[in-house]
Amino acid sequence: MRMNMKDSKSRLEGKIAKHIATLPRSGIRDFFELVNAMDDDVISLGIGEPDFATPWHIRESAIYSIERGHTSYTSNLGLLSLRKEIARYLAQDYGIEYNPVNECIITVGVSEALDILIRAITEPGDEIIYHEPCYVSYAAEIVMAGGVPVAVNTREENNFALDPEDFRKAITSKTKAILLNFPCNPTGASLSMEQKKQIADIAIEHDLIVISDEIYSELTYNERTPTIASLPGMKERTVFLHGFSKAFAMTGFRLGYACGPAELIEAMMKIHQYSMLCASIIAQEAGEEALKNGMREMLKMKAEYQERRNVITKRLNEMGLKCVTPSGAFYAFPNITSTGLSSKDFATRLLCEGKVAVVPGTAFGKCGEGYVRCAYAASMSDIYTAMDRIEKFLLTI
Amino acid sequence: MRKNILRLLGENARISFREIAERLNISENEAMEIVGEMEGEGIIKGYKVIIDEKAVADNVVRAIIQVKVRPEREGGFNNIAKRLSRFPEVSSLYLVSGGYDLQLEVQGETLHEVATFVSSKLATIDGVISTATHFLLKKYKESGRILHDEDEYERLKITP
Repeated sequence: MRMNMKDSKSRLEGKIAKHIATLPRSGIRDFFELVNAMDDDVISLGIGEPDFATPWHIRESAIYSIERGHTSYTSNLGLLSLRKEIARYLAQDYGIEYNPVNECIITVGVSEALDILIRAITEPGDEIIYHEPCYVSYAAEIVMAGGVPVAVNTREENNFALDPEDFRKAITSKTKAILLNFPCNPTGASLSMEQKKQIADIAIEHDLIVISDEIYSELTYNERTPTIASLPGMKERTVFLHGFSKAFAMTGFRLGYACGPAELIEAMMKIHQYSMLCASIIAQEAGEEALKNGMREMLKMKAEYQERRNVITKRLNEMGLKCVTPSGAFYAFPNITSTGLSSKDFATRLLCEGKVAVVPGTAFGKCGEGYVRCAYAASMSDIYTAMDRIEKFLLTI
Repeated sequence: MRKNILRLLGENARISFREIAERLNISENEAMEIVGEMEGEGIIKGYKVIIDEKAVADNVVRAIIQVKVRPEREGGFNNIAKRLSRFPEVSSLYLVSGGYDLQLEVQGETLHEVATFVSSKLATIDGVISTATHFLLKKYKESGRILHDEDEYERLKITP
C-alpha cells in the first residue's frame, strides 16, 4: 500500500481540474522568486502597491472598531453606512448616483468584485474582451469562470489608450462584455472623453456589459474625465468597480466595491454570499473613515506620486528609454527595444547586474514585449538611486 | 508653485535645485529664481537642521515656560514679547490663548542655567505676573518628523 512521493504527486496532479492545471502561473510569480533570491541591495520598482502606510487616522479607526468589539459578520452587501458613504462619494466626486440599498456591494478587494461579476455573467463559451498589456489576473478570471478571454492590444503610439476601432473589430456574436481598466496597470494610460464616448456607443450598439475597473481613478494627474458609467445609456449596462487599496494606501485591508444595475449586484451578491460571506467589518469601518476624512492625506500622496512620475519619466527618456508620460496610476512603462534585449532578458540582467527590480512587460500580456514596468510607488531617494543604476547599466549593454 | 517648493524645502531644506525642478516639472533656473524671490521677500527666513540631541555630546536642557503678563495700555503684549525675544536663551516665543499669555521655549546647558534665567531675568521683568517652567524630558516628534525608532516594515519585493 505504500507509495513513494513521486507517485502520490502525479496521482494528485491528475485530480486537479484541467482548466486550472493548464492555467499558467502569473508571469510576476516567476520573477518574484528570482528577486527574492537576491541580496538586500536591490531597489525594487516592481511593487504594485503604495509605499505609504495607511494614513494614521484610518488605522486608528480600525483599532477603535476592535476596541468596541465590532468583530462580527456584516450584511452580505456590506455595512449600509459604508454603502451610503460610497454613494455620497461617487455622487460628489464622480457625478454618478447609485442607490446604496441595492446598487452597491462591498467586496474583499476589487479582485473579488471582478471575480464574482465575471462568474455572474459568464456562460461557457462567452467571450469577454479586455485590453493588453493589463493586470495579471483578467484573462485568468475569465478562464476560471468558463469564459473565453479576448485580448485587444493597446499601443504606444496611442499612449496605450484603447482604440475604439480595435475594440469593435474584436466583437463577435459571442461577446458578452468588455473589461476596461483606466488608469491602467501597467501602462498608466487613461481614456479621453472622446474615446470613452466611442467605446460606450459601440457597447450600446452591440448590447454589451461594460466592466470598468477604476481602482486607480483618484490617481489621475491631468483632469479626470467622467467615468464611462455616467455617459447616457451606460449606467444600466456598466458595473463600476472601485476600492480603497490604491488611493488610501489600504491594500492589506482588502476592501473594494462594485456599483451597478440592481439585477447584476443581486447576482453578484449570491456568489459573494455563498463564498466570501462578507468583507471584514474592521476593514469596512476603516473604509468609512477613509471616505469621510481621508481626502487630505489622499491628495498629499497623490501630489507625491505626481512628482515621482515627473522625475522617473524625465530620467528614463533622458537615458534613451522612450517613455510615454503616464497620466494616472503609479507605473511608467518604458520602451526598452533600443537595448536590443527582450523584456525578460532586460529585467533579469538589470536585476542581477544593475540591482534594480522592474517587471518584464510580458508579465502583462504578449504585447508587453519590448517594455518593462517601473512602479514609482517607491521613495523619492530610491527612485533617484534606481535611475542612476539603470543609467549605468545601460552603458554596459 | 511657491507653496509646492516650500513643501519640498520643509521636508528637506538641503534638496537640490535640480531635484526641485525635476519633481515639479519646471526648469532649474525657475526653481532657483522662485527660491531667491522668497528669500528676498522674507518668506523664507532661514534653513534649519533637526538634531538628535542625545547623539551629540553637549548637554542641552530645554524647557517650556508659560508666562502670564500684564498687557500694557498701548502696545498690548507686543512690547514685552519683543523684549523677551531678544534673550538668546529664548529659542521660540508665542502669544497664546488660554490660561496664560506667552509660551517660551528656553534652552541652556544645565538645569541651573535655565533656572537662573527664569528667576533672575524673566520673573523680574516688569509686567511678568507669574511663570511656570516645564523641563522637557524626551523628544518624540519635531517639525513634523517622528524621532523615535519605528521598525521598518518590509513589503513584498514584487507585487502585481
